[in-house]
Amino acid sequence: MSSAAVLAAEFQAPSFEYSLLSPLLVIFGVAITGVLVEAFAPRGSRYLLQAVLAVLGVVGALVATVIVGLNLVSRGGGTAHGSIAAEGAIAVDGPSIFIWGTVLVLSLVSVLLFAERRLEGGVLSFAGQAAALPGTEAEREASTRGLEHTEVFPLMMFAVGGMMLFPASNDLLTMFVALEVLSLPLYLLCGLARRRRLLSQEAALKYFMLGAFSSGFFIYGIALVYGYAGSMNFAAISAAVSGRAGGEGLLLGGIALLAVGMMFKVGAAPFHAWTPDVYQGAPTAVTAFMAACTKVAAFGALLRLFYVAFGGARWDWTPMVWVIAILTMVVGSVLALSQTDVKRMLAYSSIAHAGFLLTGFVGAQQVADVGIGEITSLQAVLFYLVTYGFTTVAAFAVVTVVRDAGGEATHLSRWSGLGKESPVVAGVFAVLLLGMAGIPLTSGFTGKWAVFTTALAGGAWPLVVTAVLFSVVAAFFYVRVIVLMYFSDPVGEGPTVATPSILTTIVIAVGFAATLALGVVPGPVLDLAAAAGEFIR
Amino acid sequence: MELYMPVVALGIIATGFAVFSIVMSAVVGPKRYNRAKLDSYECGIEPTPQPVGGGRFPVKYYITAMLFIVFDIEIIFLYPWAVAFDNMAVFGLVEMILFILTVFVAYAYVWRRGGLEWD
Repeated sequence: MSSAAVLAAEFQAPSFEYSLLSPLLVIFGVAITGVLVEAFAPRGSRYLLQAVLAVLGVVGALVATVIVGLNLVSRGGGTAHGSIAAEGAIAVDGPSIFIWGTVLVLSLVSVLLFAERRLEGGVLSFAGQAAALPGTEAEREASTRGLEHTEVFPLMMFAVGGMMLFPASNDLLTMFVALEVLSLPLYLLCGLARRRRLLSQEAALKYFMLGAFSSGFFIYGIALVYGYAGSMNFAAISAAVSGRAGGEGLLLGGIALLAVGMMFKVGAAPFHAWTPDVYQGAPTAVTAFMAACTKVAAFGALLRLFYVAFGGARWDWTPMVWVIAILTMVVGSVLALSQTDVKRMLAYSSIAHAGFLLTGFVGAQQVADVGIGEITSLQAVLFYLVTYGFTTVAAFAVVTVVRDAGGEATHLSRWSGLGKESPVVAGVFAVLLLGMAGIPLTSGFTGKWAVFTTALAGGAWPLVVTAVLFSVVAAFFYVRVIVLMYFSDPVGEGPTVATPSILTTIVIAVGFAATLALGVVPGPVLDLAAAAGEFIR
Repeated sequence: MELYMPVVALGIIATGFAVFSIVMSAVVGPKRYNRAKLDSYECGIEPTPQPVGGGRFPVKYYITAMLFIVFDIEIIFLYPWAVAFDNMAVFGLVEMILFILTVFVAYAYVWRRGGLEWD
């Protein structure tokens, strides 16, 4: 038989489920259309076109997500429903749909923050001409001509697409590609701040270098796991892990290296070092987007990878996650105490949140392990991600409106007396901080309650004790900012609160409302998380 | 082993071609030396002395090289598709057209934003 005949006999034409993957296709389609707009539309009309296109695209993808979500088919009898699409590469299941919805809603809010022009006097808060060196004539010229990089919108859409593909990938290679698709635009966006450009460029470079380094770990892990299981596919890896195929060293090494790549993205200690620098240097709109959406996507992917592919090796990776979770909570909470910059403080707070999320993750309680009406680890983490995402986006949105002559006044000393200057903004920020601290009647409390319950059910009580302890430590620095805003006198001129356009106002209002609503009536979102069920295999 | 014979043959032909080209150009080609030819090759910029602080250097070579890689990758995907074309039928054609279109979007962007202008 000739080689061509062999090929023809074994060849099976691939298929692609366009309707199942429509949310992804819409987002990538919008991103590509955005590039075309950038190429062909006249400069003056680009901002409006891009902003409208991005908003419509995200809304369209949301609608598609809802439609796909309502039509998922049950699989395997249990609570898992959905199907494997694109020749085994993508799993469109309940958790995928939930994460897609979360990422899209948070992206919708972030797009509004990206599109804010009023705070910078009619231009975007991104560099007018990124190629112009900071402090040069070229930069001043770009500024006087009112240049803007409207490329930020398609770049963001590409990142959103990657964030949707990442937690839905069902094999390691797709996961790696998704990781890069979400990361590369973010590296770029981080370096595009209009003010404090050197800090921003430094952040972008640091993020890129460390991100590339962690991708290296990730892909080395893929190679080892492939060596162990003989497949990139999660179902096949899971089968090999459960069957103890032999060569445990390969598997453990692979898990460890993949975990390094993942923990970098979620910002867990000791792989957190990039977080404060990048969160501080990046344009605040990008920080908000990155802090909320990347964390959601990365935790989704982390859960799928460890629950589906490495579920059988749970006793091997649990100790590792214990150590990382404790370290993350300690580092996040303790180092946040000494921060003097509000963006850095929020960055350390996001590290601490990653620790709390890991606490929920490590419980690994599945539907079979819990009684009727109790929540699984997956549901708890998904719910926490929603609460965390809204609060974080709104908190960074507040940071964009507290300004002085040099742009955003991020130094905490500039925030003293904000309560007198602008009671509304200070009040909103105080509620958001209380939400992050996990005070009852805010979303932070219900979120923490959910993850701690599942961790307890999973027998991780020392972890829960640590988490509660460091929640108190974390609460201290949140409350410190509130005290600063209300009970300190303004230093010098005092802070000024700029009046943003309707866009930023919506972002702050939505985040504020979600923080309170999810604290008082968490039921509907918890039900949605419960409806998401389990990962399909 | 039999399966790999074409690869080995291709390797031999490629090596033969490289050796042939280098030897022939050394034998037949004209030899006119000048300073630029003896310099180390650095994509058109002066390798030494380096400007203070690294200086700014033109990135147009970089853009050209990147574009080349984009097309390079496109070709890599076209080859297996061409081999399996009969089996993939309409699905393969549609997917490949979509793929090429997205590559051209990147190309159109570079072209419209002046990435192809040399000076």
